[in-house]
Amino acid sequence: MIEVKDLYKRFGELEVLKGISVDIKESEVVCVIGPSGSGKSTFLRCLNLLEMPTSGDIIIDGEKVTDKGTNINKIREEAGMVFQHFNLFPHKTTLQNVALAPIKVRKLTNEEAEKRAHDLLKKVGLEDKANVYPSALSGGQKQRVAIARALAMHPKVMLFDEPTSALDPEMVGDVLDVMKDLAQAGMTMVVVTHEMGFAREVGDRVLFMDDGVIVEQGTPEDIFSNAKHERTRSFLSKIL
Amino acid sequence: MITIEITSFSLFFGLILGTISGLGKLSRKTIFRYPCIVYIDFIRGTPLLVQILLFYYGIPGLYSNATGNSLQIDPILAGIIVCSINSGAYIAEIVRGGIQSIDKGQMEAARSLGMNERLAMREIILPQAFRRIIPPLGNEFIALLKDSSLLAVIGVHELLKSGQLYISRTFAAFPVYIAVALMYLVLTIVISRIVAYSERRLGVSDRS
Ligand SMILES: Nc1ncnc2c1ncn2[C@@H]1O[C@H](COP(=O)(O)OP(=O)(O)OP(=O)(O)O)[C@@H](O)[C@H]1O
Ligand SMILES: [Mg+2]
Repeated sequence: MIEVKDLYKRFGELEVLKGISVDIKESEVVCVIGPSGSGKSTFLRCLNLLEMPTSGDIIIDGEKVTDKGTNINKIREEAGMVFQHFNLFPHKTTLQNVALAPIKVRKLTNEEAEKRAHDLLKKVGLEDKANVYPSALSGGQKQRVAIARALAMHPKVMLFDEPTSALDPEMVGDVLDVMKDLAQAGMTMVVVTHEMGFAREVGDRVLFMDDGVIVEQGTPEDIFSNAKHERTRSFLSKIL
Repeated sequence: MITIEITSFSLFFGLILGTISGLGKLSRKTIFRYPCIVYIDFIRGTPLLVQILLFYYGIPGLYSNATGNSLQIDPILAGIIVCSINSGAYIAEIVRGGIQSIDKGQMEAARSLGMNERLAMREIILPQAFRRIIPPLGNEFIALLKDSSLLAVIGVHELLKSGQLYISRTFAAFPVYIAVALMYLVLTIVISRIVAYSERRLGVSDRS
């Protein structure tokens, strides 16, 4: 479903991605782990073209999105993104946050979009917060709204960039539960995370990135218990 | 009152001009960015008094040299035009600062939902920036109100000029100038109250 071929990304002199190739199948949950600065976020952001790759190809659903002519906005409609710092729209209510893009981009009527938003807020357990502003929500609640907002576009794939690392520990579980439900419902997901428990339980595959390359990949079992590379083992020993 | 009239009109047109040129200065396209930078720097780098004289005497002079006809601009209209152009440049910088103060993540979130740049600006960035620029806009309003007194030199009967005319009849310089000063003071206090009030009204929902 997503095919990445020999992806390079450079910021000025700094080469951040140095030849990433990976295939992601429909309904697969891929967790990306690795040390800070290894290029995990950059990789994820390339997938919905928030960063333009320097070279290499990304093919989503048979369409080469790295071609000059592709409509970037169309690609982004199909790839929901969840950020570490939520990035909710502070001047809109929870419901408006979720309903805005379906109305403005998908051209749903207000009623359709609001119904969809209500359903999604219910799904993430926040139907009673529909009419409050983000400032009145806890971090965990904000992140669940952000997930609902991304889902409201009915994307084909969901990209998560450390969705729980800005949260108080007691909030992490609620967000991970929502993500688990999503995975079980068959959503294709790419998750950059430090939550090894989540990766182990929900991930179909784990990618270990270091210094701009995928050093090693495999099932959670392969990576967490039988890592072949020294770099993987030393990273895991530091965080587990 | 002419002072209020000129100031309000100028602020209104200045806001339009300032929003356009503030956005223009942020544009990636050089053809938009460059003229805006020149406009903003020229206006902010020259005294308003010079701009008033240049517009009121300089331009008609140029016109009559070129065509042989004379051109008389209505002083009030000239005042509104010059003050609009002048405040537009200051407001452009306020608008630009307001937009740049919005967290980058807001634009990214909007774009990641498939919104194009225009839509994201209109729905997400500008409404938030607008709330933030209300206080500096209030300051600009006050500055403009005081600066409009410079229009006395081209014979606009605003507050200061009216005072001067009154003095020329009564020779009571001190009491009249004090009265004029106090009237400006009352106006500026009223404006800052209004600004503080609208800031509070709009601030309620704006904390992320
Ligand atoms: N827009 C940018 N301009 C310049 N350098 C950047 C930019 N974005 C990222 N980088 C650099 O690229 C490198 C990789 O960044 P990236 O955010 O992808 O790492 P990461 O693996 O997500 O790390 P972390 O775990 O800390 O989030 C870092 O050295 C970072 O400073
Ligand atoms: Mg990162």
